Amino acid sequence: MSSATLQHAAFILRGNPITAVAAAGSTLLILVGLFAPWLAPYDPIASDVANALQAPSAAHWAGTDQLGRDVFSRIIVATQLDLTIALSAVGISFVLGAVIGALCGYTGGRLDRSVGRFVDVLMAFPLFVLAMAMVAALGNRVENIVIATAIINLPFYIRFARAEVNVRRNLGWVEAARASGESHVSVVLRFLLPNVLPAMVVQMSLNLGWAIINAAGLSFIGLGVKPPTPEWGIMVAEGARFISTGKWWLVAFPGLALMLAVLCFNLLGDGLRDILDPRQRT
Amino acid sequence: MKLASTAKRAARRFASSLPALFGVLVFTFLLMRVLPGDPAVFFASGPNAGKEEIETIRKQMGLDKPVPQQLVLYLYDVGRGNLGRSLMTGQNVTKDLKERLPASLELTFSALLIALVSAIPLGILAALRPGSLIDHGVRLFCALGVCVPTFVSGLLLIYVFYYLLGIAPDPTGRVDIFMTLPPSHTGFLLIDFLIAGDFEGWWAAFKQLILPACTMALFVIAPLARITRASMLASLGSDFVRTARSVGLSWWRIVVTYALRNAILPVITIAGIVFSTMLGANVLVEKVFSWPGVASYALDALLSSDYAPVQGFVLLMAFVFVIVNLVVDVLYGIADPRISIG
Amino acid sequence: MTQPLLNIENLHVTFSTRRGPVEAVRGVSLSLAEGETLGIVGESGSGKSVTGFAVTRLLESAGRISAGRITFRDREITKMTSAGLREMHGSAMAMIFQNPRGALNPIRAIGQQIADAIMAHRKISADDARGEALELLRAVKIRDPEKRMAAYPHELSGGMCQRVMIAMAISSNPALLIADEPTTGLDVTTQKVVMDLLAQIAADRGMATILITHDLGLSARYCRRVVVMEQGRLVEEAEALTLFHSPQHPYTKRLVAASPTATSRVEDLVTGDENLLAALPAAPLPTPPHGTPPLLEVRDLVKRFDDGTVGLKTFSMVLAAGESVGLVGESGSGKSTTSRMICRLLDQSEGSINFNGESISHIPARDFHRAPQRKDIQIVFQDPNDSLNPRFTAFDCIAHPLMRLAGMRNGDALRARVRECAHRVGLPADLLERFPHQLSGGQKARIGIARAIACRPRLLVLDEPTAALDVSVQAVVLQLLDKLRREDGLAFLFVSHDLNVVRMMCQRTIVLRNGEIVEQGESHALFDNPQTDYTRELVDAVPNIELIEAAVAG
Repeated sequence: MSSATLQHAAFILRGNPITAVAAAGSTLLILVGLFAPWLAPYDPIASDVANALQAPSAAHWAGTDQLGRDVFSRIIVATQLDLTIALSAVGISFVLGAVIGALCGYTGGRLDRSVGRFVDVLMAFPLFVLAMAMVAALGNRVENIVIATAIINLPFYIRFARAEVNVRRNLGWVEAARASGESHVSVVLRFLLPNVLPAMVVQMSLNLGWAIINAAGLSFIGLGVKPPTPEWGIMVAEGARFISTGKWWLVAFPGLALMLAVLCFNLLGDGLRDILDPRQRT
Repeated sequence: MKLASTAKRAARRFASSLPALFGVLVFTFLLMRVLPGDPAVFFASGPNAGKEEIETIRKQMGLDKPVPQQLVLYLYDVGRGNLGRSLMTGQNVTKDLKERLPASLELTFSALLIALVSAIPLGILAALRPGSLIDHGVRLFCALGVCVPTFVSGLLLIYVFYYLLGIAPDPTGRVDIFMTLPPSHTGFLLIDFLIAGDFEGWWAAFKQLILPACTMALFVIAPLARITRASMLASLGSDFVRTARSVGLSWWRIVVTYALRNAILPVITIAGIVFSTMLGANVLVEKVFSWPGVASYALDALLSSDYAPVQGFVLLMAFVFVIVNLVVDVLYGIADPRISIG
Repeated sequence: MTQPLLNIENLHVTFSTRRGPVEAVRGVSLSLAEGETLGIVGESGSGKSVTGFAVTRLLESAGRISAGRITFRDREITKMTSAGLREMHGSAMAMIFQNPRGALNPIRAIGQQIADAIMAHRKISADDARGEALELLRAVKIRDPEKRMAAYPHELSGGMCQRVMIAMAISSNPALLIADEPTTGLDVTTQKVVMDLLAQIAADRGMATILITHDLGLSARYCRRVVVMEQGRLVEEAEALTLFHSPQHPYTKRLVAASPTATSRVEDLVTGDENLLAALPAAPLPTPPHGTPPLLEVRDLVKRFDDGTVGLKTFSMVLAAGESVGLVGESGSGKSTTSRMICRLLDQSEGSINFNGESISHIPARDFHRAPQRKDIQIVFQDPNDSLNPRFTAFDCIAHPLMRLAGMRNGDALRARVRECAHRVGLPADLLERFPHQLSGGQKARIGIARAIACRPRLLVLDEPTAALDVSVQAVVLQLLDKLRREDGLAFLFVSHDLNVVRMMCQRTIVLRNGEIVEQGESHALFDNPQTDYTRELVDAVPNIELIEAAVAG
């Protein structure tokens, strides 16, 4: 089965070069994240004050920061942390959201209404502000960035899964499954969820970029990650102090890394959506 | 008749958002409860307050009472507009927020205006010529626009316009500190300067505002243009536009009266969501540009473990957002006759 | 003869798709005189609608006229500029579309929309235009036209929306009206009202009409001349009655045979070798031994929904083993609600259902999957596209009930049984590994039937099983169902809006309206001699050839 699936994927990617590039980019990012410590040319936290604030050069491709640390190495190592935060946050909200949303969408009724209330309350906050408040409440730690990002994402997954299941619950094949002897629970878990999952995976891919920006934003304002840990948001925050004096590379390169990561996941999500449902092509 | 039904609808929507608002209050209360540390300590005279003093404050604040009772007390306090005292400023949080809110709103509204004015025409142009150069340009811009976080684009704009070109003023605050401020009517500097007839001041304030506003706008132009384009395309390809063509309506009538008016409906909805994003982005943009708004106030408080302002800020943002949603909803109801009936 | 109003010469229309260009219309030529009525009949994919849109140059952007000439009076439509087209649209020719509600602007008052159409061609004040719009609403017989001027499409029924559409189309007195499936999706009584109105208006104002439809009967009733299209080509052209009685082209012959009429028998629907019933003896209804309870006995069934609406006011019926009963009604009559309750997919509010002498109504729908009767009562769903799990192969679809209800395990026995089911419904075994999106509508319908009969049920509920199929496919599926019924002694509860189909397939018929039984009885007697006004109205509304002949002769 897997070889056929792979062949099919390869066939589709050949027809969608942008998606193929995005898929390659995303894979590359994850590989960089996995092998960061071996890829970075310098120690990301070793300071070298003599070489502080050097513009990009052959030795330091992305220049050095105020402590003389190699910006390029820091960016590479930061990939690990940024991706871990975003992936685990999105993963948590994906799993919880899919199950809760599917149950709500299928059963309707009281469960649906109370979950709806909870989602309404969450959505009544500007989400970034909510994340901020939660990190403040739970404690200024990296795990809590993950939890906060997961919670502010949750409403979207719940609503998405709910809507997708809701439109399908009265379709012939769902009723046919019941007529063939399936219980409600197994209809939801074994019939509806697998059909909804592809669309949700697309949603997840589109959401990853947002989660990355969000997590980086939180550390930019000083929540979660602490210096000297290399992380894109905090690197931009540190570089911000020197932008008025023209040290652009401190902001531009970590910013570029952020942008490329988000772009890859967004394009991948767009491409997957097009493949899944060509009608939604925009 | 239309007006009455709109008002009725607004009232009904407001009533239906009350549970959410109540939920927001309870949620913030719970957040406050689980905040690290003892709230009484923050409300004491200072970090060096004696044990007895803290104990007295605990009693005063009712922290020795059971949680449900505390919730009631808390709701009572919020109802009276008492959000506690800030350690940093030593002032009442309500007063602090009230002073800083206009700065944040002026920034957000300017950004929203810039975003709408640029995104909607772009989206329409792209939809009218699908596959053209404009279309591809708009789509590329949309794809890139959502990828650049505000804190990066803001800093890069500062680098280009302040450091390289020297056009923009020093990116700190709303006006030069040596500037005389106009008498405050609205709290919006651009309007207050106009009322005072001080055009030089207006220009100075405008120059300070434009970079942060553009930063914030850049981030939301992409989703707005994208939805405009998509809904305009859907609308132009719809059955009713085909009907309009089949009876020979003019191009203008078809595009504006038939297609655009329908296409604008989803844009209104998205604009509400975009506004929420902008309220969040305020935190980042105000930090980058040292903008003296509520968000940077809350952020400073948060980083110095001064929680009353944070809580007040979160409540305020939720409240503003509920009001914005209400406005969006009423606008939508005016634009779409299908809603006002149901 | 004078110059024709419309002349189409060798028209070709090509659509560019992801898989390259597709020719939807391949060399159609026809002409139409002033004031004439012409029917274009064909099944899906025949290119009939595309021809209509090509004539008005309203093709969607992917389609273009790749060859041929269309002339309207002395003007060549194929060479017109967009300004010329705009001037011509509405004033020279106008169109009426399928799905009338979608065809109107949802956020503009209907009076305003008609006024827009008027002002597009004449320089008159907005007030005058509104006055004329009001007159037009009167002309299309909308009640309370003054009030309706300010109404929005969502406040009107589908039939009303179609009348508004007609008002818009005739607002500038065009010489040609093209109606593309104008009544598809409307109830049969509404269809008659709308079509009568359209025919009368066209006759009064001397407008030529092209009626594009999949319904042979409809075209015969309202058009003098009919052309038949198949796969982008025009295969036959004749006077309506001639076409019916002596079709020449093989395709037309098949189409005419497949279209159910008031007298057709299910044995005659399919001609030639494909006829499944030719060799099968008619099955007499088995007489059950005295004292056996009826297979299904429903008493005082009521359904109230959570939102307070009543889906079914009261319903009782009896069904013997091997019998076939039709449940007929228009939308909102409660026929689907009833069938779902009998299938135990939906709980009733009141009443009892006995199956084979045992109560099944006390088992809640949520637990019925464990009941022993689950495998005895099966259902075939309406839309074949929605009735198969997109992630299941045809094999999985048929195997699923066998594994769940008959307790079969994956293995040779299961494979053999699935193959047998597939064979019985005429599904080639090599299609079993395909997914639904790789199959045609008729093949999907067969899989849905195979799935339902896999566990050898005793009662099969058929919920509009052929409503979404083309007539020629419908004919085959109906024959298949009848064959299975005869072979297995199955009982049918046949839910349908199509009277001719029910008359053919069912010994008895129950007519439902607004959740109540209006009339019931032996099918032929009931339709030939209806006792209630409503049933008579239903029967009269069906565009039957026989009635038309009677009308012509009379």
